[in-house]
Amino acid sequence: MAGTALRGRLSWRVATVTAVVDETPRVRSLQLDIPDWPGHLAGQHVDVRLATEDGYRAERPYSIASAPGEAPVITVERLEHGEVSPYLTEDVRPGDAFEIRGPIGGYFLWRPDDGGPLFLAAGGSGVAPMRAILRHRRHSMSKVKARLLYSSRTVEDIIYRAELAGEEVVHTLTRAQPPGWTGYTRRVDAGVLREVAWPADEQPLAFVCGPTSFVESVAGDLVALGYAPGRIKTERFGATGGR
Amino acid sequence: MEALDGNAIAGVLYQVFGGEMTTAQAECGGCRTRGPLAECKVYLGGPGLVVRCRLCHNIGIVLVEVRGMMCVDVGGLSDVELPAWRW
Repeated sequence: MAGTALRGRLSWRVATVTAVVDETPRVRSLQLDIPDWPGHLAGQHVDVRLATEDGYRAERPYSIASAPGEAPVITVERLEHGEVSPYLTEDVRPGDAFEIRGPIGGYFLWRPDDGGPLFLAAGGSGVAPMRAILRHRRHSMSKVKARLLYSSRTVEDIIYRAELAGEEVVHTLTRAQPPGWTGYTRRVDAGVLREVAWPADEQPLAFVCGPTSFVESVAGDLVALGYAPGRIKTERFGATGGR
Repeated sequence: MEALDGNAIAGVLYQVFGGEMTTAQAECGGCRTRGPLAECKVYLGGPGLVVRCRLCHNIGIVLVEVRGMMCVDVGGLSDVELPAWRW
């Protein structure tokens, strides 16, 4: 299991899109069929490589948003001046194919044996690996308690909105809120974390994924709340990256 | 330029070193801090990849592809403890 995903040759393979789901106006999920896919762990990612006719190539990493045992799914946010994301979010259709390398990554991972309690904090499309972790926890019947704090700009920007409506998810909307909104209305700060994150004396395992500034601030606040730095796993993406 | 982290170059590191490297414990040659490569700062915007220490900003690794050959400079690290896959 872990061995197959962490060892062995890593070569570029052709992935074929088998389904497309529009998550928000700017975000799309692609289900992929990849020959000889060895299976993945919750939190791993793939690199996508696109080539132009004149030979220019661009590679971007995207988190796998599906649970181990499910077909690999990537969730892509369209960046206005992106080299890869406009194609993946606007042009690609079921049956289209592109090169992929993976599964990759041994750090930002959760296995049921790693325990918890799990505290997950996501900004924007940083929620993709969190969906894989939450689904994996559910599928494996893990008794580990989990909570996801998820920051989006508006309610329309919430990715996996129907799936993340359960009581284990706490939302904050930082730009605009619909009438009757009862969740948080500001950026994740120490005050929000004090109310939502598991108390430090429960020795939680934290995963933080989102834009670099979000991750820096949340990880710093968690340490200030007493979280052990070695139990806070972080993954950052910027304007050049995917995830 | 905004810094990413070592997770973003897991694929390139795997290709160069032949295995999963983001959990490798690296020691910064500048301030001697140890930590997983996944937590290092990574800059992708230049002609190559630059990996810097999260604390002192010392350059640890530079990776540049030249005519299909990957050139790797790890001179900024004073030690690398490889993950368990490589016995």
